[in-house]
Amino acid sequence: MNWLLDLNPDEWNAVRLSIKVATVAMIASLPPGILIALLLARGRFWGKTLLNGLVHLPLILPPVVTGYLLLLTFGRRGPAGAFLAEHLGIVFSFRWTGAALACGVMGFPLMVRAIRLSIEAVDRKMEAAAGTLGAHPLWVFATITLPLILPGLIAGAILSFAKAMGEFGATITFVSNIPNETQTLPSAIYTFTQVPGGDAGAIRLTLISIVISMVALVASEVLARRVGRRMDIE
Amino acid sequence: MTLSIDISHRLGDFAIEANFESAGRLTALFGPSGSGKSTLINLIAGLIRPQKGRIVVDGRVLVDTAAGIFVPMHKRRIGMVFQDARLFPHMSVAGNLRYGRWFTPPSERYANIDAVVDLLGIGHLLDRRPAKLSGGEKQRVAIGRALLASPKLLLMDEPLASLDEARKAEILPYIERLRDKTKIPIAYVSHSVAEVARLASDVVVLSQGKVAAFGSTEAIMQRLDLLPAEERGEGGAVLNARVLRHDEAFGMTVLGSPAGEIRVPRLPRPAGALVRLRIRARDVMIATEQPAGLSALNILVGTIAAVRPGIGPTVEIAIDCNGAIVLARITEQSKHSLRLALGRKVFAVIKTVSFDDTTTGLGLPVEADG
Repeated sequence: MNWLLDLNPDEWNAVRLSIKVATVAMIASLPPGILIALLLARGRFWGKTLLNGLVHLPLILPPVVTGYLLLLTFGRRGPAGAFLAEHLGIVFSFRWTGAALACGVMGFPLMVRAIRLSIEAVDRKMEAAAGTLGAHPLWVFATITLPLILPGLIAGAILSFAKAMGEFGATITFVSNIPNETQTLPSAIYTFTQVPGGDAGAIRLTLISIVISMVALVASEVLARRVGRRMDIE
Repeated sequence: MTLSIDISHRLGDFAIEANFESAGRLTALFGPSGSGKSTLINLIAGLIRPQKGRIVVDGRVLVDTAAGIFVPMHKRRIGMVFQDARLFPHMSVAGNLRYGRWFTPPSERYANIDAVVDLLGIGHLLDRRPAKLSGGEKQRVAIGRALLASPKLLLMDEPLASLDEARKAEILPYIERLRDKTKIPIAYVSHSVAEVARLASDVVVLSQGKVAAFGSTEAIMQRLDLLPAEERGEGGAVLNARVLRHDEAFGMTVLGSPAGEIRVPRLPRPAGALVRLRIRARDVMIATEQPAGLSALNILVGTIAAVRPGIGPTVEIAIDCNGAIVLARITEQSKHSLRLALGRKVFAVIKTVSFDDTTTGLGLPVEADG
């Protein structure tokens, strides 16, 4: 067991960074994820199919392509990257924030799908009942819709987190593989496999990566079951 | 309180054109399925926006398409009880009950949670989840939830339709109490003669999206031709009676009605209590002479006030008994052989056992009877 936890500072940083990147990617994706899922589940507008396709693009495209597109758009000289850097001081290229962006984008379709399904399963009659009780549509969303889709939200968030923990192609293409800044677990493992005698390190990080994934999965199961029991939908 | 409706709305090839004004305690919107009664109630609640028309509740204009007024449902303060209770599954019974209170301005909150819980007998359910309730309990909680939003009008959309007879019998007294003990006007959608005769003060009869008739329950229930075919057998006179005394030896209750004394199976009500009695037209026999040696206990004397053709080989005879009309449905042949004609003195014979729980309800307070 000791040799497993006997990580050098760089390796620890990779673990810490991965968790940070995945958490930020998950949390930052939630609001737009809910919004887009709502639009896709309930909206009736021109271009809905297009939006749906756009959301699912990262799922079908090779991750390298997604990463390269991110580099073109959010890189220093990209239109969105230059704007954000100049006006909001947010820089993505070769920063851990860029890794979070890449991971968030890659996990986005999975999150939207899970939330969309749960929104479609909500009985809209419940919302109408809340409306007749005097609740403004925004309150109806906050007090009825949101609690009813909570299991879907949890599932979507965990999927996004898991995807972020494993994301490699888009991240390395967009923000490269810089230790302590953009070197997440998969990148670190990849680096180990590229140098002679790196096997021990690669295995250590692989095991850690398995443990983190399992913990996230079990936590989501427990959470979902708890919510389900509280809800007790017939 | 008055509810004034003048609406025209088209849904596919179904059109609803309704125009009526009711000031009753409990106005029944009555008609067969597909007659547009649920659409009408959804229009009043604001769940549907009408293409044309006006809806005014107690002087407040909720919809006026000509003036471009459409008050959204959450601002209408109109309570709704749905057929499928629609309790929020993620909240306890208490949470469901309190939900509407949040959105009611404190100055307009008149409903008291303890009083409502007591009225509906749901005190023992407060900590439970909706999924753990029976159908009847759910519906009572749904009524309480609507009441606690302190509505200005309460709409009930076939609240008993999905329940079995035992559950219906369990809830009906609560709705009667709601009608008599609170001041909230109620609009009640139903296709059941039994429910309407028992609960309503006024009835709007809907047929194919149009108002076929509007009037007091007593008047409408005599118009057997207005009742849906499958419910026609349930139609008949509705009398407002009072408990005179109980005949404990034989397990009966003697009611005093304008038409005379009527014996019914023992009612669990004290002497003096108001009872609303429905006498099914098919349960009434007619004799031209004072019958003797007959098992039936109720014999009312009257004169024939109207003879109307009925369905198939039947005729409907309206008998004026001291000013109260009792309706009989007999065969054309009996009418012929007894030579029944307007103005003739006859005896209306009604078996005591033809009365049951569905035909003997709690009477409306006198002032509401008008």
